[in-house]
Amino acid sequence: MTAPRRPADSLVTVSVRDTDWEGVRLHVVTGKGGTGKTTVAAALALALASNGRPVLLMEVEGRQGIAQLFDVPPLPYEERRVAVAPADDGRPGGDVFALAVDPQSALIEYLEMFYNLRSAGRALTRLGVLDFATTIAPGLADVLLTGKAAEAVRRRADGRPVYGAVVMDAPPTGRISRFLNVSAEISGLARAGPIRGHAETVRSVIRSPQTAVHFVTLLEEMPVQETIDGITELREVSGGGIQAGGIFVNMVRAGWSPGAMPVLDGPERDAQALAVALKAAGLGEDPELAADLAAELHDEARTRRAQQEQRRRLEAAGQPCYELPLIPDEIDLAALYKLAEAMREQGAA
Amino acid sequence: MTRAADQVGAPAEPRAPTRRVPVPLAVDRLIDDRRLRIIVCCGSGGVGKTTIAAAIGLRAAERGRHVVVLTVDPAKRLAQSMGLTSLDNTPRLVAGVGAGTNGQAGSMHAMMLDMKRTFDEIVEAHADPDRAAQILANPFYQSLSSSFAGTQEYMAMEKLGQLRRADEWDLIVVDTPPSRSALDFLDAPQRLGRFLDGRLLRLLAAPARLGGRTGFRVLNAGFGMVTGAITKIIGSQLLRDVQTFVSAMDTMFGGFRERAEYTYRLLRAPGTAFLVIAAPEQDALREASYFVERLERDGMPLGGLILNRVHRSPAARLSAARSLAAAESLQGPGEADSADLAIAALRLHAERMNQAAAERRLARRFTAAHPLVPVAQVPAQPEDVHDLDGLRQIGRAFGGDQQGGNEGIGR
Repeated sequence: MTAPRRPADSLVTVSVRDTDWEGVRLHVVTGKGGTGKTTVAAALALALASNGRPVLLMEVEGRQGIAQLFDVPPLPYEERRVAVAPADDGRPGGDVFALAVDPQSALIEYLEMFYNLRSAGRALTRLGVLDFATTIAPGLADVLLTGKAAEAVRRRADGRPVYGAVVMDAPPTGRISRFLNVSAEISGLARAGPIRGHAETVRSVIRSPQTAVHFVTLLEEMPVQETIDGITELREVSGGGIQAGGIFVNMVRAGWSPGAMPVLDGPERDAQALAVALKAAGLGEDPELAADLAAELHDEARTRRAQQEQRRRLEAAGQPCYELPLIPDEIDLAALYKLAEAMREQGAA
Repeated sequence: MTRAADQVGAPAEPRAPTRRVPVPLAVDRLIDDRRLRIIVCCGSGGVGKTTIAAAIGLRAAERGRHVVVLTVDPAKRLAQSMGLTSLDNTPRLVAGVGAGTNGQAGSMHAMMLDMKRTFDEIVEAHADPDRAAQILANPFYQSLSSSFAGTQEYMAMEKLGQLRRADEWDLIVVDTPPSRSALDFLDAPQRLGRFLDGRLLRLLAAPARLGGRTGFRVLNAGFGMVTGAITKIIGSQLLRDVQTFVSAMDTMFGGFRERAEYTYRLLRAPGTAFLVIAAPEQDALREASYFVERLERDGMPLGGLILNRVHRSPAARLSAARSLAAAESLQGPGEADSADLAIAALRLHAERMNQAAAERRLARRFTAAHPLVPVAQVPAQPEDVHDLDGLRQIGRAFGGDQQGGNEGIGR
């Protein structure tokens, strides 16, 4: 199965390029811990903003990972500009705004917006009541977090959406289905009342073609397994209602093209052949070095075989795959631009 | 004083005076010390904690300890390699554990944590059968025991406490849950304990009972507003479930915080060592730094840092620059076929050297911030580890005896 291509929504600025996720405005990014989920979400926000419209990058787990990535002070509960996307075909890039959402602030905002409960909200916070409510009601915190994303997607000014797209750095793969499906759970809990109505709205956004859930993985057994399980679970839990998006294979080492690996013979014979070539290259008579380099090659060949196997498993999952290069040093803005570029080249944004 | 600080008595000889070189961590020294009863492996997700915990357990068993490894979420094949087929909360004897490097034979058990089962067992142990059945059937209890943030950490701690009290093993190796933050393992149990024993939970759950007491009368109107708001937010059904749950659990309250505190004290006792696991990556090392600082602040015994999946080259004497130059000199018309092989080898080597250098820079930053923390390095394995031999190889890398260490790091 390939990703459904949707006709460009009239609300979306028509892009000169064709991407795999036309019409998607809420990009939920998940992945196993350690796969670089936050980095991929940030790069995706930059890549999407290259289309010229502002993009909102949200985090929901209170880690302040976005602030660290963009090297700005910790984000408050307020949308702040953190970067500008590079220009595309002479068109200026859009701004990337960032927001750290926490359930309590989202609940206060919600109470304010709908019930004019500003002072009550403060009093409830002081008493620890909001903390209590978001703690004991399973799914309440989740619906508040996804609710904020849905609100940002739907927000309009001057007759058009404020944000071209919203990218959410979401909880890890193991929790993503429950996180996105809570609207259903909470509808059952609060049979009437404000949260119920809110949950229904959130549910309609998340289960629309406007939302896609992307998975970040490495070419290793555990994260690949979690990705495959995550896609299956998403389909089962939502009854196919929530759209699975792309698979972002992160930290792929450079020079990985399948043809770049020479045919290997055996460690010893390769070492002998290498020794001759090394001498020709001016590295002298050094059979030990040749043996070490041969060992390195064979080690690499084993790694590649294992990774190739993981690639096959990912491809069988039926979602578009994008490969992102390993950034060996610290991830800074330049590195994020590079990853965003790789995403655009492959049609992810 | 942390254990790390204690070990600085015999620091490693610095290789270069301008560079901070960490004290080498020899895990064998820890596991050979019979007074050590608990090793906690912590770190952020995706760094290989479970594999390292299993490797430590196996190494200790093969050095004569009677070990139980408590894992939380092992990869399927790794679990199978230890004979674990399902989440059953029972320690299973791991077959194939042999006499080890020092000729002494121990034993190894392993188990996978079932957090709901563990919670149910606490309830069953502390309430009469009728009341226990009532609690187990309560919808609020069910969501609390299966999906509450922090329950997994609390139950891992609880299980650790149980295993320690059972005293059937002389070493317990704990693999911590895959939290978003490594600190969750320390904080979540007390958070859950506080929450369950919390005044607000009880006041809200039983406001009627308190209404008559002196002092509470004034608050009644306020509570009316609070319960009103809560009902509005979470719905009256859930509030009723919570109330039923609280009254059924009444006798157990107080116990939760106490239990969390018991285990917390256990972790601060001299028989415990924390090992922080990280990959040579920015985020993982930042998380490791937070954890180390936290352990120091809380006076918890830090054994050291295990840097997992480090890339090393067996041919480190050939620099990246020379390697690339040599590859370039081989390019050109009229070269033999073997040149292709050499070009690939030399380019690959340069790439690995660059990666190793980048990892060293990250590791050095950690050591500059925490110069007293001993560090062991485990080389990246070409394939995922899923048998005891794979675990043994990792054990040789962090064990600490020079020969084994080099063997692991080399080819």
